[in-house]
Amino acid sequence: MRQGVSKWSLERKRRTFCYLSLLPVFGIFTIIRIIPIARTFILSLTDASLISLKSNFIGFENYKNLITDDLFHQALVNTTLFAFSTVCLSVVLGLLLSLLMKRKTTLSPLYETIYFLPVITPMVPVAIIWKWIYDPSYGLINYMLSWFGVKPIGWLVYPNIALWAIVILSVWKVVGYNMMIFLVGLRNIPSMYYEAALIDGAIGANLFRYITLPLLKPILLFITVVTTINSYNVFTQVYVMTTGLQGAPGNTVRVLVYDIWENAFRYSRMGYASAEAVILFSIILLLTLVQFKIVKSES
Amino acid sequence: MAEVIDRKNKITRILSHLFLMAGTITMVLPFFYMVGSSFKPPPEIIAWPPTFLPKNWTLDNYLTLAEKAPFVRFFFNSLFVSAVSTLFILFTSTLSGFVFSKYKFPGKNFLFIIILATAMVPFETYLIPLYIIVKDLRMINTYQGIILPYAVMSFGIFLMRQNISSVIPDELLDAGRIDGCSEWMLFRIVVIPLSASAIGALGILAFMQAWMAFIWPLILATSREMYTMEVGLAMFQQRFTIEYGGVLAGSTISIIPIIVVFLILRRSIIEGMTLTGLKG
Repeated sequence: MRQGVSKWSLERKRRTFCYLSLLPVFGIFTIIRIIPIARTFILSLTDASLISLKSNFIGFENYKNLITDDLFHQALVNTTLFAFSTVCLSVVLGLLLSLLMKRKTTLSPLYETIYFLPVITPMVPVAIIWKWIYDPSYGLINYMLSWFGVKPIGWLVYPNIALWAIVILSVWKVVGYNMMIFLVGLRNIPSMYYEAALIDGAIGANLFRYITLPLLKPILLFITVVTTINSYNVFTQVYVMTTGLQGAPGNTVRVLVYDIWENAFRYSRMGYASAEAVILFSIILLLTLVQFKIVKSES
Repeated sequence: MAEVIDRKNKITRILSHLFLMAGTITMVLPFFYMVGSSFKPPPEIIAWPPTFLPKNWTLDNYLTLAEKAPFVRFFFNSLFVSAVSTLFILFTSTLSGFVFSKYKFPGKNFLFIIILATAMVPFETYLIPLYIIVKDLRMINTYQGIILPYAVMSFGIFLMRQNISSVIPDELLDAGRIDGCSEWMLFRIVVIPLSASAIGALGILAFMQAWMAFIWPLILATSREMYTMEVGLAMFQQRFTIEYGGVLAGSTISIIPIIVVFLILRRSIIEGMTLTGLKG
């Protein structure tokens, strides 16, 4: 009997320890994640602004206005173009690099380190270097192109070209990360699969098509999802490379997070910007689900 | 026959090395260009054709940096914010990881799912209400405000849970309890020392995450004294588009500590980042 009581009190002591330990952690989680995520949806139905404390419930008015907002359209199209091309290029290039690097050689550690260098470098200085490399009159890229007789291009001057310039920078920055993850996956494929296939007479392209690719599928999914989410949230490089260029705001490549930031913190339209944030969130959620579906249905 | 295959293999290998080499050059060229140019006198920076190494080396860009903008302050702010954020993340992650891996209690799975699920929602989408909350807490333009969203890390909790459940045997904890240790003491004298290597790896990731943060400190720091290195650099290059020397020197300074740490701890950083889905 006594034993039972002490066991029970021991159990209670442990539970108290658990809840007491998790309390501050979940306190912070509630403040910085749970409440803000829930409030984004609520705010998107109001006309809240930073200046006035009072806000009115206005239903789906913000969403209706977004439908006819040209800047929002522009942002949506630009972000989608950016995300689609960044994901395609960085995934294909990352896979290609990892295939070339699969065999461990003396140079492998060197390659891995160098390709990973842009990944660990903060975005702001990276964007600054590239902004300068793209400079129409002093930049390295135009100089290299001039060897082939190409006339100077105003890379960051026109929004259409600037978008692609930013895609190139972003692929450069992320490709080492994708490569590294593919590499981990490739090196984990047991060599007996290849040996068996070789005995069956499979060669090069077939090995890749029927052995490597199917076994890499979960990793391919992971990389695509992560890169898509990150690309849809692109902000820093756009902010650094295209705002305040010779003081002309017209050069901005408008992307969704930039538009959200501008509406919320420049024009103080918190409700309106929240509606945009909800749309951004829905797009990301939808794309993630679709990517999961595609991979599942194929296997 | 075997000879032909051998030769073919050799050619493929050489070609793939050539391709990888070309990629390597593309990866490091921007860094060389930046570091090299940061030692050039201003007229040489905008000279045509552009060069990688300066003809006349100078330290002026670095020496005058502090006069142009409070970069010392920016650097200190980044260091402080990242260090405090790292300490918070290490403490909360190790403690929660311990609780989630070694105890049973009602609501455990639910709480763990909340930790993982909220991490799936991109930060940028709930930025606005977060800002309003921080404003209500009167933390705009303060260190507390900048650090707050970086005080916990879902991945950190996940990592420490995995690590503690595989590294620390239950028997060891029970032995400690028989010797009269409280749960808290077990955490301090058993869990922390035995998971030190995971704590170290997480520390690097947490530090880098905070150091690289941009949109949050950009919104929160309303006066120049509160800018982090990233925000300070972005503002500086916006204001002085012509001041290339200073911008390049500042960028070099902000990159070098991270690259040095990366070269020393290469393996654990790459492993940590490929495990996490954490991006730069």
